[in-house]
Amino acid sequence: MTTINASAQDAAASRSNQVLTFTLGDETYGVDILRVQEIRGWSPVTRIPQTPPHVLGVLNLRGSIVPIVDLRMRFNLERAEYTPLTVIIVLSIESAHGRRDIGLVVDGVSDVIDVKHDEVKPAPELGEQVSTEFIEGLTSVSGRMVMLLDIDKLVGGDIADVAALPAAANA
Amino acid sequence: MALDLAQFHDAFFDESYEALDTMEAALLKLNVGAPDPELINTIFRVAHSIKGGSATFGFTEVASFTHTCETLLDELRGNRMQVTQHISNLLLKSVDVMREMLRCVQHKEPIDAQRVADLQFDLELTIAQNDAAASSPAAAPAPAAAEAPAQPAVQGMAHRWRIRFKPRPQLLAHGNDPLRMLRELSELGVLEVKLDAAKLPELEQLDAESCYFAWDITLESDAGRDVIEQVFDWAEGDCELEITDERAAPAESGSTEPGTTAAQPEPAAAASAPAAPAKAEAPAPSPAPKPAEAPKVVHEHDSPKHGLGDGSSIRVSTEKIDELMNTVGELVITQSMLSQLSTKVTGPVAEQLRSGLAQLERNMRELQESVMRVRMLPISFVFSRFPRMVRDLSQRLKKQVELKVTGEQTELDKTVLEKIGDPLVHLVRNSVDHGIELPEVRLAAGKPATGTVSLEAYHKGGNITIEVGDDGGGLDKDKILAKARARGLVGPNDQLTDEQIYDLIFVAGFSTAEQATDISGRGVGMDVVRRNIKELGGTIEVRSQRGKGSRFIITLPLTLAIVDGQSVVVGTETYIVPLVTIIESLQLKPAMVNRVAGQGEVFWFREQYVPIVRLHEVFGVRPRSTHLHEGLIMVVEGDGKRVGLFVDDLLGQQQVVIKSLETNFRRVEGVSGATILGDGSVALILDVPGLIRVASQRAAA
Repeated sequence: MTTINASAQDAAASRSNQVLTFTLGDETYGVDILRVQEIRGWSPVTRIPQTPPHVLGVLNLRGSIVPIVDLRMRFNLERAEYTPLTVIIVLSIESAHGRRDIGLVVDGVSDVIDVKHDEVKPAPELGEQVSTEFIEGLTSVSGRMVMLLDIDKLVGGDIADVAALPAAANA
Repeated sequence: MALDLAQFHDAFFDESYEALDTMEAALLKLNVGAPDPELINTIFRVAHSIKGGSATFGFTEVASFTHTCETLLDELRGNRMQVTQHISNLLLKSVDVMREMLRCVQHKEPIDAQRVADLQFDLELTIAQNDAAASSPAAAPAPAAAEAPAQPAVQGMAHRWRIRFKPRPQLLAHGNDPLRMLRELSELGVLEVKLDAAKLPELEQLDAESCYFAWDITLESDAGRDVIEQVFDWAEGDCELEITDERAAPAESGSTEPGTTAAQPEPAAAASAPAAPAKAEAPAPSPAPKPAEAPKVVHEHDSPKHGLGDGSSIRVSTEKIDELMNTVGELVITQSMLSQLSTKVTGPVAEQLRSGLAQLERNMRELQESVMRVRMLPISFVFSRFPRMVRDLSQRLKKQVELKVTGEQTELDKTVLEKIGDPLVHLVRNSVDHGIELPEVRLAAGKPATGTVSLEAYHKGGNITIEVGDDGGGLDKDKILAKARARGLVGPNDQLTDEQIYDLIFVAGFSTAEQATDISGRGVGMDVVRRNIKELGGTIEVRSQRGKGSRFIITLPLTLAIVDGQSVVVGTETYIVPLVTIIESLQLKPAMVNRVAGQGEVFWFREQYVPIVRLHEVFGVRPRSTHLHEGLIMVVEGDGKRVGLFVDDLLGQQQVVIKSLETNFRRVEGVSGATILGDGSVALILDVPGLIRVASQRAAA
């Protein structure tokens, strides 16, 4: 129910959301399409020191410096080689500091699907080993399970100013 | 009528603060004795518009106080009162009080009513004394001043209109504003307004949207009857209006041609006389002190209108300018990408393409410079506060100080401008307090009694230089050295050059003033000044000559949006090191490196051991080589510490546009920002002081 804004804009779609789906290995994920700024091919990034490993670095996106997160590494999946077919989805997220743009590295973009609200199932509790807090819900499209991501929760922590706080205080 | 005025508050406050600055500047330029009527008009206009604004928004305290100021100013403007040192001091204080009141209102804090009331009383007293003394010949204004053409003087006005303006209650409801009409009338000539509030009901019966007031207005003006009637055009039917001309011949009332009445011989002096009852025992207004005692401000290269003229300008938020800069930055990158691409093109059109791109490049550069210039403001925004400060300080310290300001129009970036104010205040205050001697001391030393503090700004290369100088006593080398020895900052047998000695004053907690005054001398300051300037990427040095004075020379970059950088390579990454932090780059031989406690590496550089910071370790990248002699050492300085940065290689020097990492990410220790290189890739800009901190934390861990 957190994506009402999308359905409100399109009442004819009878309370459904458009979701961009992408793949990571064998798994399919989805993000609210209204958050997607652009989809672009892989290009080498500039590394940033003192960041978690899944924050690969930053890229120049038409003049603004955008951090790039490798979703495979974020989910502790096996690392894949970056090829020209590797895709970066640039999303806008809402953080405590306002709107930020961030890029997610995924294996490939699949499709845009309509997801009706009553077709979304809550994420199952999988115990302590598997963190599901950033999974907003599950749905299925032609027999394939799609995990809908809450991207604010997923990457919001990476861009929060935690590491810099003590340094900023004595600067 | 439930219009929400609060949305206009910010604009009102902004404008009022600016207007007060103008008023202050004009007051300081005002010569006691022979004031420039244009200046008085400027001051009057400011007070008037603040009064009008604050009344509109319901800030009654401000409006009431400003009204008193305005009354006094009107007396000055009408030459019924002379500008004395006392009055200009009072008015300067009024500026402070108004500023404070506005600040209080803006932040919804209580106003210091006592202070306001005291000053208001002083102002009223001055006005009352003048009224009483008006008949005494000593107080009569110099007639010569009144004949300045810019002054709408009472003399020579063709008409003396008497207007009885009695609005009906519905006037306000029909969208008319009596205040506006009065204001329009005031632009036509000298206006005297008497309020008739006899019809004002008790508060509980008061309907806030009805008009209960009537006005008796006397207007000395050249304007004809039709012009005055025009002012009341919109109120027709909503008011009773009687307009009579007291001066013009009866046959001529309603004339549309002011020129025909210009010969009217009625002496104007008679018109202004009745206000002053003849009281011989009236106290004379406070005598003007000798002008020589008053501190003066000399503005060189200063056009007479500067700062007071209303050049056409618009208010733009810095955000919009930054957006514009971003877009232009992008264009530059796209253009350089196209240029690179064009070298690969062959064929008949290639030449045309290249010449087109060359043209584009020139235009781009111009565009970029223009956008940069938008962010630039003249340094007078900072300098303008000094005349007042020097004047107040010198009066308090009983010194005679003249402030010389040059290069007020020198432009620099707004962010730099905002941050340079406090250090400059400190330096100027020091110059007046410690630099300039008391008049007796100066005379004894064979110098003129009035000391000079100079403020100078000019462009030099890609930088702006600001000099703060004085012709006072200069720094006392022996005293500084003795104090430094006493504090153990300098060894008892160390021989220092003059420059090194002067440099000691920038050490924290160092003051040579014999006694700390409330103005300066507590020994906090010069170190802060230097730190602030260094944070801006600038430098400060001091030159001094015993008995002749001292001079502080500040060099600052024109803008914080661009930095001169040296590109360095570590592994596959490119970093930008700000040029100002670099001392020297060198290649080490293995024998030059010493190990401390088995791990820390140091080398001997210019009479000291400098620790080596391996950039690849701090930033966790894979270098081309980990052997010190295969790479380069770049000696950098930050926060007074020197380290040798070990990098793979140096690339070129270039100017880069600084972009914040925090826009989409967060602050990173050791990195001050990022920039986009010509090929569109991102390079990090190193924050050298931060990097040194990170490195020493790593070493400690």
